[in-house]
Amino acid sequence: MQNAIEASSLTKYYNDLPAVDHISFNVEKEEIFGFLGPNGAGKTTTIRMLVGLTTPSEGTAIVNGYDIREKIVEVKRHVGVVPETSNLYDELTVWQNLLFMSRLYHVPKQERKTRIRSLLKTFELWDRRQFKFGRLSKGLKRRVTVAAALVHDSDIVFLDEPTTGLDVISARSLRGLLNELKKTGITVFLTTHYIEEADQLCDRIAIIVNGKIVKIATPESMKSVVNTQVVEASFDSPIKSAIAMGLEALGEVEVEGCMVRLFTKDVSSAIEALTILSKEHRLKIEYVNMTRPSLEDAFVKLTGVASDVMKAEKEGGGRQS
Amino acid sequence: MIVEELESIWYIILKDLRAYYFKPPNISWGILFPLVLALAFTLRNPSGFAELSPGLIAMAALFGTTSMEAIVITFEKRVGALERLMLAPISLRTILMGKILSGAIFGLMIAGTMTLISIGFMGNQITSPALFIISLLLTVLTLSALGALVAVSVKEVFEAQTLSNYFRFPMIFLCGVFLPVEAMPMPLQVLAHVLPLTYSVDALRQTSMGSVHFRLLFDITALVLFLLTFLILATRLLKKSLE
Ligand SMILES: Nc1ncnc2c1ncn2[C@@H]1O[C@H](COP(=O)(O)OP(=O)(O)OP(=O)(O)O)[C@@H](O)[C@H]1O
Ligand SMILES: [Mg+2]
Repeated sequence: MQNAIEASSLTKYYNDLPAVDHISFNVEKEEIFGFLGPNGAGKTTTIRMLVGLTTPSEGTAIVNGYDIREKIVEVKRHVGVVPETSNLYDELTVWQNLLFMSRLYHVPKQERKTRIRSLLKTFELWDRRQFKFGRLSKGLKRRVTVAAALVHDSDIVFLDEPTTGLDVISARSLRGLLNELKKTGITVFLTTHYIEEADQLCDRIAIIVNGKIVKIATPESMKSVVNTQVVEASFDSPIKSAIAMGLEALGEVEVEGCMVRLFTKDVSSAIEALTILSKEHRLKIEYVNMTRPSLEDAFVKLTGVASDVMKAEKEGGGRQS
Repeated sequence: MIVEELESIWYIILKDLRAYYFKPPNISWGILFPLVLALAFTLRNPSGFAELSPGLIAMAALFGTTSMEAIVITFEKRVGALERLMLAPISLRTILMGKILSGAIFGLMIAGTMTLISIGFMGNQITSPALFIISLLLTVLTLSALGALVAVSVKEVFEAQTLSNYFRFPMIFLCGVFLPVEAMPMPLQVLAHVLPLTYSVDALRQTSMGSVHFRLLFDITALVLFLLTFLILATRLLKKSLE
């Protein structure tokens, strides 16, 4: 099966500075592919090249079977784009906006109304169809913008930070819709700052920093980059540090009252050692807990970008509309 | 493909008219502007109005097309709505033709109002109606294409206004709106002939005031050439903005 997107050495210079620096990657059909990276990493620039809003300085990409340098109009026919800012027409109603989009994408006349109606229903926008776009809340604008990207039966949808600036509920409902989309056989390419979002939604993630792809992998295998796990055991009485010393062969140990925390690569031996320890010292284990490394840990390890940076961005909200 | 392109142009026109041009404030400006212009000149010199009317029609076309259109295009660039069109499977030329035609329709509305005023209240006759209409259509199209060219070459709405004024005011003085081109010193006459409005005023005058000369063919050719040049340059500039 042919890939939905095949980028080879895609590059964009702005005043001699590489915003996107010779990146190559494939996006398979029907997967949700995420571009995760901090501000200015080159996420938007990559999308803009793939959808024909800016020409690459070097390299090229095949999108939906067509070369973006040679057949960009063909590419555009079956591609939907949700830009960073919701930029439909404020003066037109939701319905008029979608109708205009369906016309621009040459959707056959007899199909337009049924498609728009079903999209409005799916996105729970039916009641607002006569509202002017400019009067909608941020979250609703975002949803209309996503609907607009689907009006022409797109094969691939590009979403640039779909949930930035939305409250938790709207973001979650939008993510739900994106997951639904996948079931309809659409390929989704999305960018995000949110590690959890990438983790929840994406089949594969590319981490991009300073215009370069650092790593492409599934969220699961990315987490395995951070291969230490935390085994936490709580006993019925306080543990003396000396007793816990015996565990140090397995990894770093922390003792805190009745609690022992072991950072290890070998979970199985750790549990065995804890059991032996409890028998030898006649202690009872009250509970054991294991935490898997988060994608955030992996991100920090892979990029060297402190997770605080990503956090700060989240709280800062960002520029959106 | 041609059909798709024409359809897209038509939908862009409809959208622009609905979203911008046919808003009540713009409609009323479109009627008030020619009225005030006509009134100002008749009050000052009632008998000279007939002589001036082709110039005033051209001036109404000039302001009618360039003012709103430059705002529409720069505004859409600013808020990213122009990118909506650039994402669609249509060519940049199609987008610009849609923009130019919607601007031209608005300009035609204003110039048409001016024409009606000059016929209705000033008793002017349009002596060669068919040729007059052709001249007027070419005028609004060409000036609208000039407006589009100005708009794609700047970033901000106010820059578009300033830059348009660089063309508009000299054109009013040089292109025979108030003063016949022949009455001006030679260097200014030369300058007048590189400005499209000169050919518009001349064409409108010939077709509305009695005697059509062979020169009309020349005016019309010049307007068509200006129109094509502006369209090609604007498309190039828009394409360049993608780099
Ligand atoms: N039109 C432009 N002209 C000059 N530089 C640009 C332009 N667009 C982007 N850049 C630069 O290219 C780099 C990548 O920008 P880009 O918008 O692709 O980042 P991003 O990953 O989308 O960031 P964010 O998370 O903030 O949206 C940045 O350094 C930016 O300043
Ligand atoms: Mg971005």
